[in-house]
Amino acid sequence: MSLRTKIRNYFVFLWRCARIAFAGDSRYYAWMGFLSIIILLGINAYAKQFVHGLIVTGMSDQVSWGVYIANFTFMVGIAAAAAMLVIPVYIYNNKELHDLVIFGELLAVAAILMCLAFVAVDLGRPDRFWHLIPGIGKFNFPGSMLSWDVIVLNGYLLLNVHICGYLLYCRYLGKTPAKWFYIPFVFLAIAWAVSIHTVTAFLYVGLGGRPFWNSSIVGPRFLASAFTAGPALIILALQVIRRVTDYHIHDRALLTLRSIVQVSMLINVFLLVNEIFKEFYTRTSHVASSRYLYFGLHGHHALVPWIWVAIIFNLVSMTLLVLPLSKSLRYLNVACVLAITGIWIEKGMGLVVPGFIPTPLGEMVEYSPSLNETLVCLGIWAFGILCYTIFLRMSIPILQGRLSRANEGLPDVHLVNAR
Amino acid sequence: MSDQKPPSAPPPFGEVSRRSFLRNSAILASGAAALAASLAPLRELSNYTSVELFLQKHYKELTPAEMQKVLDRIAREVEQQYHIRPRVRDYKPMDGVEFVYCLNLTRCIGCRKCVHACVAENNQSRNPEIQYIRVLKMPHGSLDMERADHNYAPASVPEKGFFYMPVQCQQCKNPPCVKVCPVKATWQEPDGITVIDYDWCIGCRYCEAACPYFARRFNWTKPSIPKERLNPEMSYLGNRPRRQGVMEKCHFCIQRTRQGKYPACLEVCPAGARKFGNALDPESEVAYILKNKRVFIQLKEELGTSPRFFYYFDV
Ligand code: SF4
Ligand code: SF4
Repeated sequence: MSLRTKIRNYFVFLWRCARIAFAGDSRYYAWMGFLSIIILLGINAYAKQFVHGLIVTGMSDQVSWGVYIANFTFMVGIAAAAAMLVIPVYIYNNKELHDLVIFGELLAVAAILMCLAFVAVDLGRPDRFWHLIPGIGKFNFPGSMLSWDVIVLNGYLLLNVHICGYLLYCRYLGKTPAKWFYIPFVFLAIAWAVSIHTVTAFLYVGLGGRPFWNSSIVGPRFLASAFTAGPALIILALQVIRRVTDYHIHDRALLTLRSIVQVSMLINVFLLVNEIFKEFYTRTSHVASSRYLYFGLHGHHALVPWIWVAIIFNLVSMTLLVLPLSKSLRYLNVACVLAITGIWIEKGMGLVVPGFIPTPLGEMVEYSPSLNETLVCLGIWAFGILCYTIFLRMSIPILQGRLSRANEGLPDVHLVNAR
Repeated sequence: MSDQKPPSAPPPFGEVSRRSFLRNSAILASGAAALAASLAPLRELSNYTSVELFLQKHYKELTPAEMQKVLDRIAREVEQQYHIRPRVRDYKPMDGVEFVYCLNLTRCIGCRKCVHACVAENNQSRNPEIQYIRVLKMPHGSLDMERADHNYAPASVPEKGFFYMPVQCQQCKNPPCVKVCPVKATWQEPDGITVIDYDWCIGCRYCEAACPYFARRFNWTKPSIPKERLNPEMSYLGNRPRRQGVMEKCHFCIQRTRQGKYPACLEVCPAGARKFGNALDPESEVAYILKNKRVFIQLKEELGTSPRFFYYFDV
């Protein structure tokens, strides 16, 4: 095959993928239309923020990070969790999950795109983003953990795009992937997955002036909660995939994931207990943020209901997960939804916000997101889900062999019903 | 759900049927219209940035000639906005100088004159109001800042049973804000002042989370200063007006102190609680205080930030 044909094939592949993203049945159009409307609302809200500044959010000098950074932190965890599908497959040779790895990695790609969006909307001067580009801007590496984060997140994005893209393209061409061209990257991506979440934890841990974050347990808790929420989300996503497409996913695969969620959840709750014990048994003056979070402080208790809901969700989810009951998908799903919601609250509102309350000078200023801020977040969520839908729309026919080099001459319209 | 039909007499590859062409164009057109509508708020955008500002290099990479251009640009912009021709300079640190601040807690009466003198000197936004100095009202006998009152407003100060502790940027020798900034928009100058390049800051607010003294302030929206209140004696790293979306904080009145003057907060203090000077000069008042006062404290000494701001008592 000449280089020209190769390039041509690749572009035909991209073109067909792009086309198929716009083709589907009425359910597909309705879904994509719905997501697009939310994205547009988000763009509109962001345009307002761009003009008037971050004053349209609920943030202040006292609580200077809010739901944007909270969602960012949560999504880093979701992205990292793709590793939890990859590890069983490539290290323990688990056959059940083999074909599903792609779905996990595509989820990671969508999650990282969301992370980047959440960081971008948090910037006060988005026009100066280029100051962050190594080489052109002025990158404070290795001093600033944020510059580490820029590197590891973009690196992780590239790794996963490469792995998914290469495997799918090989499937499309009908040839076996060359091991050397992706296996090393798969292993690199596993280590990298741990690093993205560790670095994100270090972002907080490194701040000596914030005792709530300046604790070595934050990193391990990040990983444990990520490896709970991520695979739980994948369990739900896989069931949606098998419901709305004719792609076959066996229950056994879901149950394999269940055992991952089970163990991670136990570790997660165990670490939580450690943290709570240390904070409340010693009762040093540094416990102020935790007191505020769990019980309220000086008459301020905006976060108290949230954190208890999160804790109850986590505990119920843990109980369900350890009981054989959750071998039935219905209960497993309940456990997953509870785990995801619980961890989202705990990582978001429960980790980011109380770090700022009280301020280092002891002032109590509370935070709650504004409507505009919430719309921006919803827009980014819709954007992430839209990306994931499109990725699936492209990759499922390829995995099923319906979209392949062999049927290049045929129109892609016949794929409409595949979704 | 495998309702996949066999392809029936497909048109050749690449050819799009008229119906789907019409449908796709309709989708694209309405999508573009919706996008334009959602971007409508951008029409209100004015004076957000300029080509020069967008392309401007980091402070430390500007040659003297480039710096002059930048200063001219700033003067032009200020004149356009406030109809006052300012004097914008870039004052450099002096050799053999390390500025420190000493504050006498026995004397401070909590009148907040320093807070307002600072706002006037340094062209802080009046709406929303940005203040660099926070005066804490503390019950006698405790340095626990959790017991501080930030919003005290009695008819007259001082009140019995309390002392007052003004807090502003402590100009740390080991500043966490500098360490965390991802783009080096904030750094420590040789004379000990930690400065911010307002034209380089991306507004991520990581430094604000890192500062243990609640010293940094963010421009959550476009700052506004009444024309008649503008201080036209400006410096690049100091009190020139800021833009929306960047960080600022106390810089020991860099535009004054680098010319040998005292900071505005010191000059206005009616109680004589504030002392400022060069710690490297053994003849200076601050050197005397640091050498001879029996008790002085650095806030949160245990964090290792090593502030250049000392609190002392008359004992
Ligand atoms: S007090 Fe805060 S802003 Fe000032 S140098 Fe120290 S860390 Fe930076
Ligand atoms: S807000 Fe500005 S000065 Fe502060 S860390 Fe971010 S870029 Fe640096």
